[in-house]
Amino acid sequence: MSLQGLQSLLDGILMGGVYALAALGLSLIFGVLKITNFAHGAMMTVGMYVVFALGNDLGLNPYLALPFAMVLMFLIGFLIQRFPIHYIEHAPTHNQLLLTLGMAYILENVLLVIFTPNYQTLTVKGFEKAWRIGSLTFAPAKLIAFGVVIIVTGCVYYLLYMTNTGKSIRASAQNETGAKLMGINVRNIRAIAFGIGAVCTGIAGGLLTPIMSIYPTLGETFQLKCFVITVLGGMGNLWGALVSGLIIGVVESLSGYYLGGSWSEMVIYGIFILILFLRPTGLFGRGNRREN
Amino acid sequence: MKTKKVEQGTLLVLLLMAVIYPFLSDRYMLSVGISVLLMALLGQSWNIMSGYAGQFSFGHAAFFGLGAYASSILYVDHGVSPWIGMIAGMAVAALVGVLIGFLSFRYKLRGDFFALVTLAFAEILRVLFNNTKALKAATGILIPYKDVWSEFQFANDRIFYFILLAMVIAATIFIGLMSRRKFGVCLIAIKENQEAAGSLGVPVLKYKLLAMAISAAIAAMAGTFYAQYYGFIDPTVVFSAAISVEAIVPCIIGGAGTLGGPLLGALIIVPLKELSNNLFEGVNGVNMIIYGVLIVLFVVFCRDGIYGTVIRRLKGARS
Amino acid sequence: METLKVIDVCKSFQGNVAVDHASLDVKEGEITGLIGANGAGKTTLFNCISGYYHATSGKVIYKDQEVQHKTAEKLCHMGMARTFQIAKPFGMLSVLDNVAVGGYNKANSRTQAYEFAEQSLDLVGLIDKKENLAQLLNTGEQRKLELARALATQPEVLLLDEVMAGLTPTESREMVELIDKINKTGITILMIEHIMPVIMKLSHYIYVMERGKMIAEGIPVEVANNPKVIESYLGKGLEVE
Ligand SMILES: Nc1ncnc2c1ncn2[C@@H]1O[C@H](COP(=O)(O)OP(=O)(O)OP(=O)(O)O)[C@@H](O)[C@H]1O
Ligand SMILES: [Mg+2]
Repeated sequence: MSLQGLQSLLDGILMGGVYALAALGLSLIFGVLKITNFAHGAMMTVGMYVVFALGNDLGLNPYLALPFAMVLMFLIGFLIQRFPIHYIEHAPTHNQLLLTLGMAYILENVLLVIFTPNYQTLTVKGFEKAWRIGSLTFAPAKLIAFGVVIIVTGCVYYLLYMTNTGKSIRASAQNETGAKLMGINVRNIRAIAFGIGAVCTGIAGGLLTPIMSIYPTLGETFQLKCFVITVLGGMGNLWGALVSGLIIGVVESLSGYYLGGSWSEMVIYGIFILILFLRPTGLFGRGNRREN
Repeated sequence: MKTKKVEQGTLLVLLLMAVIYPFLSDRYMLSVGISVLLMALLGQSWNIMSGYAGQFSFGHAAFFGLGAYASSILYVDHGVSPWIGMIAGMAVAALVGVLIGFLSFRYKLRGDFFALVTLAFAEILRVLFNNTKALKAATGILIPYKDVWSEFQFANDRIFYFILLAMVIAATIFIGLMSRRKFGVCLIAIKENQEAAGSLGVPVLKYKLLAMAISAAIAAMAGTFYAQYYGFIDPTVVFSAAISVEAIVPCIIGGAGTLGGPLLGALIIVPLKELSNNLFEGVNGVNMIIYGVLIVLFVVFCRDGIYGTVIRRLKGARS
Repeated sequence: METLKVIDVCKSFQGNVAVDHASLDVKEGEITGLIGANGAGKTTLFNCISGYYHATSGKVIYKDQEVQHKTAEKLCHMGMARTFQIAKPFGMLSVLDNVAVGGYNKANSRTQAYEFAEQSLDLVGLIDKKENLAQLLNTGEQRKLELARALATQPEVLLLDEVMAGLTPTESREMVELIDKINKTGITILMIEHIMPVIMKLSHYIYVMERGKMIAEGIPVEVANNPKVIESYLGKGLEVE
């Protein structure tokens, strides 16, 4: 592999990390709530703009702005689940899909009203120059993003597997009635799960702010990528989402390098269709296959 | 019987309004009328496949875009009349619809997964058209202006209006006839319970594919109209998710799986969007917020849509 | 003469064997009963016969053809109809339209399909409710609707999966008479039933399933006195009138 190829492989892994985090959120929401969240991309954009606004207007370092984004995202996620979605839990599946689509429009366009549709860039002091390791270059923001992704993912896993709340979340994902019988407040637990999913995607968004120019509908691109990743990893399979996130990051970067940027999308959607047809339970086979 | 009367009454009133409207409106109002009808046509198209047959599509832009591109490329590059191009576009879209359907049903995809497949196909087409030189790539196609009816062009927008109205009426009559015949009744049976329908001898796969083909063809027809009326198309517009959503929303607001629902839905949404556009002039996005709020409100509080709820009540259905 | 022969059919779900080398014969014009405890595999066997599932191995012979690979639609066209244990009404269609869906199976025209529909609704006693939405029917009526839909397909063989379940005593008595009447019109019947007196009274021949296997068969009296059957139905009060 040429040096350039190696470089794009590394870039792909770093971006893949961010995708993985966003997809982890989507997969969690699907796993627990059985909802295909079409507002996921928009939530990601909200995360981007929180970091942007705090950095641009108050001069806050983007990584210090992340906690604010987390709190806001948790609230948004919690409330969306607790109110509208909760009321249509037993409706046919496409209603939930539509509802999240409506939420996406609201979130996206509130951003549009506040921030205008223009591209905006947050410049971070000290990030102007790429870091060099040997003959490879790294955008500092990408490297830091990857580090943050690892930490956040660790926290999410700790939360899901080591805490009581996490155990309740996983219990209600597996067997709702059983969880209810065990005295779990399924209603709140589901809202918390949606909140955590929103936080994941919000952070992923926030991490992208120092990396790229942002605009209110940017999330739509990531929305579809997140779908691809979660389906590839198996809807509801969290490890699968992480691994697939990295895979898609690398595939995107390498296919962009070898075939040209515009075709990388094609490759990714191609993978999406193939996996939907041939292995709808995902590469690792543990995902839910949803039938209605 | 009461239901039938109400249905016929509503449709008649709508038809009357639609016929009189262009004579009372100025250029701007006429363009709003055309937007309403275009959304109604897309809505009826979606209605067949998703409202009646229950196969939830999130990618009607694929068919719309294929229709727009087929007629435009044939016209601009080969001088084929868009009327013929429209038929070609409908055939291409129907074929693609059948292909998507066949693969999805063969691999037993349902519900959200089916929606994702349709979405993915629309996106693939967008990227494909955006990057293929032979298909004019991202520059899109400008339809040269002539006032020749045989080339689907008219100086008078009223004629465009009436042609589109005729398309909407044709689609609506088709659905009306269908819903009382074997095909329509069996589609509803398939939506309600595919397995039970199959064991009563309903050719499930064939009917679902047929529904997709018809639905796709109507969306393609709308696509050709769009290209001829607006005179310009490019992949990011005609293959966009926004178009797919335009097909869904009138059905949600009006009532999916009903004859008049999508018509009423379009009649409500488009003016509302225009109104908010004018009210909040210069502020982008407010109209889309209203759109979003409407979707959420309807999905939560009025799942069957306005018209759908009325019909259900009349039939005495459980709420 | 056997209209329907099931030979050595097996069906497993992810390694769990639900039907294990089951065989049975259904003679033309007769009512054949299939009994067995909950989870014995009766419904699964039905599903394999009617094309709802495809058997893992074994053969199903219908009208001298191997049909184990045919779809439910195909079998319905060939004159085999079934009801589901859990009624599956098309809720938003009227009762008449529900049945007409079945009527279209053999009808050449819309009029004929609705004629078939009215006839079967009349037969099961649901004709008064034909304009109602199917979702408004109660359990007993939903069962009758299932039956009417199956009848409207003009079947030669009818597979009934626990049509008595959830019926009041009066309703089940009517249902027994109805099944007898349907059989007398020349329709061959294979029925699963839990209520012993019913199956003993109606069936010409009975098969008994346990854990996926056929453990006994015979005319009602033989089956009722078979020690293996008594054992597996212990305490269920087998009786023959
Ligand atoms: N689709 C399926 N997937 C997995 N297991 C199944 C499936 N259908 C049936 N089974 C299993 O096969 C076994 C037989 O079930 P079946 O429904 O055929 O029993 P049955 O004799 O009809 O019982 P009942 O009298 O309760 O209706 C059961 O253990 C059931 O759990
Ligand atoms: Mg059973």
